[in-house]
Amino acid sequence: MDQQNQQHNHDHQPIGYARYILLWFGLIALTGTTVAIAGIHLGKWVIITSLTIASIKSLLVLNVFMHLKFEDRIFRIFVLVALATLIVFIVLTFFDYAFY
Amino acid sequence: MISAAENIHIHRDDVGTKIGMWLFLFTELILFGGMFIVYAVYRFKFPAEFQLAAMELDTFIGTVNTIILLTSSLTIALSIVAIQQGRKYLSVLLIFSTILLAILFLVNKYYEWGHKISVGIYPQSEELLKKPQGEIIYFGLYYVMTGLHALHVVIGIVVLMIMGILVARGKIKQDAYVRLEAGGLYWHLVDIIWIFLFPLFYLIT
Repeated sequence: MDQQNQQHNHDHQPIGYARYILLWFGLIALTGTTVAIAGIHLGKWVIITSLTIASIKSLLVLNVFMHLKFEDRIFRIFVLVALATLIVFIVLTFFDYAFY
Repeated sequence: MISAAENIHIHRDDVGTKIGMWLFLFTELILFGGMFIVYAVYRFKFPAEFQLAAMELDTFIGTVNTIILLTSSLTIALSIVAIQQGRKYLSVLLIFSTILLAILFLVNKYYEWGHKISVGIYPQSEELLKKPQGEIIYFGLYYVMTGLHALHVVIGIVVLMIMGILVARGKIKQDAYVRLEAGGLYWHLVDIIWIFLFPLFYLIT
């Protein structure tokens, strides 16, 4: 009964304040980096670097803030399926615009 | 006897609750994903005009809003740690800090849109219709995508207010905080969407 009563997270190591604050510093640093890179006119590379940095930031938010890293594996599988679906949409759309 | 009675009352599935929340977030992903696809296609068709139009946006205000949202993600994550440790008032304080940051984000957005509208750049304005097609589409997407995102911020504020009240009233507590976690998940998703909106609209100059 006690186990049912407890939040599931208690089975795992709960994240402390320090780790979240550290992640926040990392995210702010990445934001600074992406703004700085955009400032040096890399032409078409700006879109690639800024989307790469945005993806890294999102992965950090997903894994730590949204706790994905510490949840059951089924959560990660769900997220991967959802992201894969979106990528299929994007690739199929670009068949009509980019690869003809 | 008591234990059996408690067993009847406690009918909870935290993992199920969170999976439900994630499934909802996936529908949000597809909603915004569709818009990002529209953006990608038009950017591919009008690269030069998108770059020119993006110069009109203020990178500084965009960066400030990015930092505000990242910080609000931190405070809501910390509020969950606080409730896990049974520190109710710290948790409420952190939830209301998140709401304050969200309001600050919207205030910035108000001034940003207000400035754009005052210089005549808004959908169907004479000023905008004089511009080339790519720029018209860019600003159309700018208003729709940041507008829909701002709507999510408003909904997030309402959700977090409810969570704050539930924590204050002791309905969300040390051994039962899955609702706060679900609210937090929603808030982090709003943050992630902005993480992509920011470079796509402000940094592609």
